[in-house]
Amino acid sequence: MSTASVPLPAWISYGVIPLINLMLAFFFSGLVIWSIGENPFEALKFLVQGALGRGDAIGFTLFYATSFIFTGLSVAVAFHAGLFNIGSEGQAYIGGLGAALVALALDRYVPWYVTMPFAIAGAAIFGAAWAFIPAWLQAKRGSHIVITTIMFNFIAAALMVYLLVNVFIVPGKMAPETRTFLPGGQLPKLDWLMALFGLRLGPAPFNVSFVIALVMCFLVWVLIWRTKLGYEMRTLGVSPTAAVYAGVPYVRTVIVAMLISGALAGMMALNVVMGASARLQVEFVAGAGFVGIAVSLMGRSHPVGILFAALLFGILYQGGADLSFEMPNITRDMIVVIQGLVILFAGALEYMLRPAMVRLYQQFAGK
Amino acid sequence: MKKTLLSLFALAAMSATAFAAEVQPALVYGTGGKFDKSFNEAAHAGAEKFKAETGIDYRDFEPTSDTQGEQAIRNFASRGFNPVVAVSFAWTSAMEKVAAEYPDTKFVIVDSVVDLPNVRSVVYKEEEGSYLVGLLAGMASKTGKFGFVGGMDIPLIRKFACGYVQGVKAAKADAQIFQNMVGTTGAAWNDPVRAGELTKNQIDQGADVIYAAAGASGLGVLQTAADNGKFSIGVDSNQNHLHPGKVLTSMVKRVDLAVYNAYKDTQGDKFTPGVQALGIKEDGVSAAIDDNNKSLITAEMQAAVDKAKADIVAGTVKVHDYMSDNSCPN
Repeated sequence: MSTASVPLPAWISYGVIPLINLMLAFFFSGLVIWSIGENPFEALKFLVQGALGRGDAIGFTLFYATSFIFTGLSVAVAFHAGLFNIGSEGQAYIGGLGAALVALALDRYVPWYVTMPFAIAGAAIFGAAWAFIPAWLQAKRGSHIVITTIMFNFIAAALMVYLLVNVFIVPGKMAPETRTFLPGGQLPKLDWLMALFGLRLGPAPFNVSFVIALVMCFLVWVLIWRTKLGYEMRTLGVSPTAAVYAGVPYVRTVIVAMLISGALAGMMALNVVMGASARLQVEFVAGAGFVGIAVSLMGRSHPVGILFAALLFGILYQGGADLSFEMPNITRDMIVVIQGLVILFAGALEYMLRPAMVRLYQQFAGK
Repeated sequence: MKKTLLSLFALAAMSATAFAAEVQPALVYGTGGKFDKSFNEAAHAGAEKFKAETGIDYRDFEPTSDTQGEQAIRNFASRGFNPVVAVSFAWTSAMEKVAAEYPDTKFVIVDSVVDLPNVRSVVYKEEEGSYLVGLLAGMASKTGKFGFVGGMDIPLIRKFACGYVQGVKAAKADAQIFQNMVGTTGAAWNDPVRAGELTKNQIDQGADVIYAAAGASGLGVLQTAADNGKFSIGVDSNQNHLHPGKVLTSMVKRVDLAVYNAYKDTQGDKFTPGVQALGIKEDGVSAAIDDNNKSLITAEMQAAVDKAKADIVAGTVKVHDYMSDNSCPN
């Protein structure tokens, strides 16, 4: 009997298998670190301490994780509808423009909690707008979404550099960025939340966007599994022809799925632009859109999985930076290798261990 | 009384050890990475020089994002590193924050200005150095057509381009100059293949001297120009040796000096905050002429460069700075 179809209890497929995969990834990373003559256990200690050892370390980890939750959700929503949105990077970049415009317009007049809903709307609308054209091209013209969204990443980068260098730049300043937002345009830090656990946030930019991200996790869960639209999207994702035959409007569903995906990506900008740097900078997305693909893949496109995968990547980002700081021999390229191994084992090779697990389970369950 | 005297002594002793300026140098690179054969590598060279001379080791870090850069600067400061040098304008806002948090630590930022009492800001008059290499390009060219390959369309690179154009036009008033940027993302500083393609395109249009101001991407410009028998101009570090006899000259920006001086001054307790604008006069920028390109520089060209240098120092020739009004006259 094929082992692929044997159902495994949830705690094995969502708990034990990912954990073993992760351990494998760390084992091979350890070998790599050992081969360059460093102590892998020492390295692991630095990585974990750097990511979770202090209040500010946890703050940075959660800050990175917040960005990854947004982009992970963005990729997941499109994925449920059978669309591979590679454009979260560009959508987040343009989303930053939406958030920044709101912040620049309102920060002088109103406090942050008035600015926030408008900024969320601004970031979401701009992000969605950037996803609209690829979505329309896919739905109406059949232009492949992977190609068009990748191209739109570059168009977004070009547009933003142009705007920042020629329009928004503070005259006489070297760095292409907008002026600093006043407190009315900034999202406050969650230091009180950390204080509840007796931790000091310090300089880490862990902010209110994290709460927005959690809310979005819930809303995405409701959308995908509790609404008619979500059902249509999932049907479309499983089999487009069957979905169309069953009466699912193809064009509308594709476009709406991509709009939601783009909006979620756009909201990622709130975390960085309004939560951390309080200004719109070139390249602020810094690859978070692409990490979102890995996060969504590892999280099995489920909000809870995405939450954990985003946390894992937050740990790898923050801990990795700290590791290469503590051990100068471990360069930043080495950190990318470790991240790559984690994606390989926990994402791509997900099913490698499944047959063995099934056999083990069957033995123990006595079947 | 005795007790107060004693504690006074103790205090004096403590402040004396603090005064002896324990140097524990730190260096944060730009996101281009340490070994770009250009800007960051020049900074690395400065730190290495200090290490070789004094035996004092330094710590460095290559950030991959803006948040990491700020973290690195703060990490160094919080662990007692002093001075902390950060090269690249990308760390401006990070430096503003961290330097205010650690008022007793000395900071140096290169390519940008941070106005705080414990920060030294080192900026270069790239337009002057670019003017010199432009002048040489203008005299070396046979076609009267020129290329400029920048990394990204940002003010700093426009500053390079603007000086270059002025230099070229000073030598050949009717010169035609093609300008291209490698890209619009950070990858633009590390894409020699694309830079090479742009160079090829400019050569096809008739350009025979191409100036690269694109970090590690510039290596592609130098390679392509050498392959096609045209001249190229290197940037930041002296890149003449990469293709001897093919690289016309390099616009050397002494980032190494900024790093070296920061460490040396802290060691000798002569650290001064404030803005240092290094141009031709201060030897901060220059057109590199060494054994590798000596044969390319005629006596006439050498004389022209010497004259231009003297004129710029004397102030009779003023090279327009793009940053002064965000525009270029030509």
